[in-house]
Amino acid sequence: MTNPSPEPVQLHLTPVRRHHWMVRATHWLSALLLPAMIASGLQIYSAFPHFGQKGNVSPVPNPFDSDRFGGMPEWARLGGWLGGGINWHFALAWPFVLTGLAYLIYLTVSGEWRALLFRPRDVPRAWAMQLYYLRVRREHPPQGKHNALQKAAYTSIVLLGALTVLTGFAIYKPVQLGWLTALFGGFELARYWHFLAVWVFVGFTAIHVILVFVVDPASLRAMFNGWYRGRFPSHD
Amino acid sequence: MTDRGPLSRRDLLRLGVAGGTATLAACGWDGGRLIQPKLLTVSRLNDWVGEHLLFDPDRLAPTCPPDRRIGRMPSYFISRGGPPVWPQGDEWALTVGGLVRKPIRLTRPMLEKLPRVTYTVKHHCVEGWTAVATWTGVPVRAVTELVQPTADARYLRFDSFDSGFFNGWDLASAMHPQTMLAYGFNDRPITPDHGAPLRLYSPVKLGYKLTKYLTGMTFTQERPGGHWEDQGYPWFAGI
Repeated sequence: MTNPSPEPVQLHLTPVRRHHWMVRATHWLSALLLPAMIASGLQIYSAFPHFGQKGNVSPVPNPFDSDRFGGMPEWARLGGWLGGGINWHFALAWPFVLTGLAYLIYLTVSGEWRALLFRPRDVPRAWAMQLYYLRVRREHPPQGKHNALQKAAYTSIVLLGALTVLTGFAIYKPVQLGWLTALFGGFELARYWHFLAVWVFVGFTAIHVILVFVVDPASLRAMFNGWYRGRFPSHD
Repeated sequence: MTDRGPLSRRDLLRLGVAGGTATLAACGWDGGRLIQPKLLTVSRLNDWVGEHLLFDPDRLAPTCPPDRRIGRMPSYFISRGGPPVWPQGDEWALTVGGLVRKPIRLTRPMLEKLPRVTYTVKHHCVEGWTAVATWTGVPVRAVTELVQPTADARYLRFDSFDSGFFNGWDLASAMHPQTMLAYGFNDRPITPDHGAPLRLYSPVKLGYKLTKYLTGMTFTQERPGGHWEDQGYPWFAGI
């Protein structure tokens, strides 16, 4: 199968088992919880749409620094008011963190982390993959379950999730967990990293969804029912 | 498995349900009658975790020299038409009572004769801003030793003359060495802008727990609510 093209060919491909139910469940739970965490977070942010001290705003880059329109547009918020946003955010934080932990435990126990963790040896493979996407290279580089760029993406999104949770705790308990808050450069900066992570999540999700539909729509079905029948079967 | 293409009808339905939920949720919705009570239940769980697992009664908030003050402490009160001012001519006093052996009324001169603490700390507002200011006053712990609460006292209720604003506190946070009844702000006697003649201050709680314009301090067995807490803000609010 070196010719990754016409539709009819796909139908003759044997479906391969792609995603364990744990992966599918945690994926779709995250897909529901993440937008709600972001929207309730933006509701909280809108109470003080700046970073730094009152009357002494930090000069960090922030296009959403605003006094004029009071923070975020209504449609991007969840909670209705600050207290409502707080209650959504700190209630959904539980399933959000537990979903992430369940995913990581599954990867560890099943050994599936091997197919996902980006390691130094993946650097040249990622480059080859990038060349393919830029159409410099014609042939799709051989890959396992995921290509090296996917590994980079799926490894960094886990790290981003961890950063989000840790910065979240740092601004939730800046006295009791003062060491953690200090690790991120103090309360004001920790709040800024927590906020920046939102936009990385948004960018990741946008690219992720675009690539699914443009490059490999069959992978969407695999994320629902676990079976993959498409252009990029494992080369293993 | 069908040959209809990469997406079956059922898949689309699932996608629609997920998308619909997300859209509904994104419209400034506080949870409604169905979900909001559940959110508040989780908020009480978070209070418990904050109070019993994350709060260390001996951990001090970092202090700094007064010349490191930064930011501006805004003037917040709920009364309309300016900060509430205690009527001239009336003698102000703090009533300390409830489940105590020796209830007492403390005037400003009496309070100023009690042990005094001064520190410069970072203030954290629930809105997300901070400001560093200097506070002077008497530790709540010192006043508590005067009145001797009984064994069944578990909470403290702080009342004010700011249109009925009040707060409920757990005893451990109130007995924290940095929790004080403040009569001084930034090296001067406190002004009505910041809660004169006396306000609660502590660097281990969010600002909305720090009752200004104090009139009373009552030891209780039942958990008191609070002005903002009763509207949905987290009750414990320890940081």
